[in-house]
Amino acid sequence: MWLKFEQRPEPSKTMSYVSPILAVALMFLSGLLLFVVLGKSPVEGFKVFFLNPLKDSYGIAELFLKATPLMLCAVGLSVGFKANVWNIGAEGQLLIGALVGGGIALHFEHTSSAILLPAMVVAGALGGMAWAAIPAFLRTRFNANEILTSLMLVYVAELVVSWLVHGPWMDPDGFNFPQTKLLSPEATLPILLTGTRVNAALLLAIGALLVGWIFMNKSFMGYQMKVAGQAEHAGRYAGFSAKRSVWIGMLAGGAMAGIAGIAEVSGPVGQITEHISPGYGFAAMIVAFVGRLNPIGIFFSSLLMALLYMGGEQAQQYLALPSSISKVFQGMLLFFLLGSDVFINFRPRFIRRRK
Amino acid sequence: MQTPSSDTPRLAIRGIRKVYPAIVANDGIDLTVMPGEIHAVLGENGAGKSTLMKVIYGVIRPDEGELIWEGQSVTIPNPAQARELGIGMVFQHFSLFETLSVVQNVALAIPGEFDLAALSLRIEEVSQRYGLPVDPRRMVHALSVGERQRVEIIRCLLQNPRLLILDEPTSVLTPQAVRKLFETLRQLASEGVSILYISHKLDEIQELCHTATVLRNGKVTGSCTPSQESPKTMARMMIGEDLPAYSHGETGHEGEVRLRIVNLCQPTEDPFGTTLKNINLEVRSGEIVGIAGVSGNGQQELLKAISGEEPLADNRVIEMCGIQVGHLNPGKRRALGMCFVPEERLGRGAVPRLTLTENILLTAYRKGMLLGGLIRFGVAKRFAEDCIKRFDVRCGGANSEAKSLSGGNLQKFIVGREIMQDPKVLVLAQPTWGVDVGASSFIRQSLLDLRESGTAVLVISEELEELFEICDRLVVIAKGTLSPSKATTETGVEEIGIWMSGMWPDAEKSGEAPHVA
Repeated sequence: MWLKFEQRPEPSKTMSYVSPILAVALMFLSGLLLFVVLGKSPVEGFKVFFLNPLKDSYGIAELFLKATPLMLCAVGLSVGFKANVWNIGAEGQLLIGALVGGGIALHFEHTSSAILLPAMVVAGALGGMAWAAIPAFLRTRFNANEILTSLMLVYVAELVVSWLVHGPWMDPDGFNFPQTKLLSPEATLPILLTGTRVNAALLLAIGALLVGWIFMNKSFMGYQMKVAGQAEHAGRYAGFSAKRSVWIGMLAGGAMAGIAGIAEVSGPVGQITEHISPGYGFAAMIVAFVGRLNPIGIFFSSLLMALLYMGGEQAQQYLALPSSISKVFQGMLLFFLLGSDVFINFRPRFIRRRK
Repeated sequence: MQTPSSDTPRLAIRGIRKVYPAIVANDGIDLTVMPGEIHAVLGENGAGKSTLMKVIYGVIRPDEGELIWEGQSVTIPNPAQARELGIGMVFQHFSLFETLSVVQNVALAIPGEFDLAALSLRIEEVSQRYGLPVDPRRMVHALSVGERQRVEIIRCLLQNPRLLILDEPTSVLTPQAVRKLFETLRQLASEGVSILYISHKLDEIQELCHTATVLRNGKVTGSCTPSQESPKTMARMMIGEDLPAYSHGETGHEGEVRLRIVNLCQPTEDPFGTTLKNINLEVRSGEIVGIAGVSGNGQQELLKAISGEEPLADNRVIEMCGIQVGHLNPGKRRALGMCFVPEERLGRGAVPRLTLTENILLTAYRKGMLLGGLIRFGVAKRFAEDCIKRFDVRCGGANSEAKSLSGGNLQKFIVGREIMQDPKVLVLAQPTWGVDVGASSFIRQSLLDLRESGTAVLVISEELEELFEICDRLVVIAKGTLSPSKATTETGVEEIGIWMSGMWPDAEKSGEAPHVA
């Protein structure tokens, strides 16, 4: 008997929804195996990793807090991904958004104006867009591959942050820690639920998901980007501008990542440090694909990804596992998703070996 | 015509069946070819001709059935094995490396030691013997399509095949070149080579072939001796009904010039592309103008220039209804009332994975389908349903994906979408290429009706028969230049055929003297 993969006459719609679920299940299974191999009890490991974080309302609030930047970045990225615009640099755009928005807060330290927060959010978005505009320009003007340029700009952004917090923006009363002053209460996002850290950025993220859904499903521009992504020649034949798709795809990702960045700085982090983001911009790509580039799916997959982050922290505390365990889970999730996606276009068939 | 002699069939196939996930391509096919016989395999696109030939040549393995080669049951697992048995095949789409010379290309397919000088001599020998002139040292990219086909045939002949398969060999040839090819094939047959000749062109089969097997929907629907049949009876076997007739309506009430091309020169950036030289053309309201020509003579480049996919440096060279549009992109040209039907249906004319409603939006969105940047899906859906009904598109409804439609139905849909936008100018490339006879005649009739309503129609096609059926005037494109135009009624296949090789009166003085006829 042979296992043969046979092309389906049409890609299976069902499989495209089943595939992420299958990937999550496989990730769970291999996670348990991993615990065994590391000499931990799989039951205990599962409990610590996936149940502990959710055992009280504070934990659930933390889950939403961590899901917020993921939602923002993922919905922005998926606008571009749908049009085959591969922005890999959301992490860098997030950092620059955090810098520009946070810079405003630091500069107007003593203001209590009501427009300070909105101004910071807008500045964050603009910062992210500016960073994303560089690969967009290079792609549309010189046909430079945006995957490479946007990724390289992540490292540039990291170095810029590092330089600022070690140098000109370092808090003079901060005992030489590489960080800025804490943001004033006026420059801090309001908490939604007392006793938790969940803040108004969650509302922004949900708003972004809504707008993203309307843009992708109901707007003509979203339609043009879908055409550009699925059949480039058809877009050219219809007279849609391919350059505009690249610009919109990149800028949407940049703006959302920038907002995610400033939301971290004026939310849970409270200042600019070298550790604003534990790789949200990268994890958001996995979130976008597990969520099938669909804002509704992204809502759920960002919660899942947030759980992996929290489980990783728990595992570090209670199981004495290294913090990179959550990266391992992220990697497994993407790996299994890509594997399961094969079933969308192919179906397995057992055939008898022919002589 | 001579009849084959020997008693043992060169090839007999019995009960060949090949099933693909979506369709049954071959369903119990029987066929027998005698030595020295030219055997036609006749059928419309999608009838299963190509699949059958690929089975014989070892490209595809059949699910059921038997191949009997000179009396022995054989399995042919791959083309190398087929060649070893003595089967050669010339594909419809050539498999030559453009950046290599003729002899290098041939050497790649010939087993044995690699001696280019000796091989060149053999190529020249074969090419002289069978009247297939080609210079072994020339680079393939510099050859015309006809010459490339000769290279493919020579490459087969060098292996002394006893069965030669030709898949739609004349679709890329001028009528004169077709005649030369037939002479070669007759000579081969007289030397005992069997030939399987795949085509959907009835007149050619009548002229050339000893016997014919007709396929429809993967099944044999009949076999006959073409010389004893009429095109009508063969057509009935092929399509199951009579060939369509057209109602032409009145001619000669052309109105104002809708599309004007003035001294268009466009160098190509593609090293294998064609440079357009001094092209002049006018298309008037209420007429159909056809551009004939062997493919690869600048049709693609001219289309891009007209559609705006390649905006031009000089704004003045293309005028639409008196407005200079050379600088405008396709979207802006469409806004002025120009519509296009591209050659490629899936992937250019329609997005495969989108529904028909969504594919309507691709070009017809100006028909009230947008509101403040948002899509009015209701309007688009009604337009799609209307188009499906008016143009007899057989499909599962407006929500079917474009790729689920057959080639003919998708083409009807695309033509319908463009016509329903009431274009001032409609440009079509290969409007019925690969489309079954029923859909072709429907499309041609729609174009004739559109002409009646005053649209200026420009058709670029490689099918001369089609151009003569529907066009009022014809021009020929060859090597990037355009011939003078002639009224269809005042010329014939013979003359246009000569022009297709670039030899029209005053061919050196480029440019069209408008309305020579």
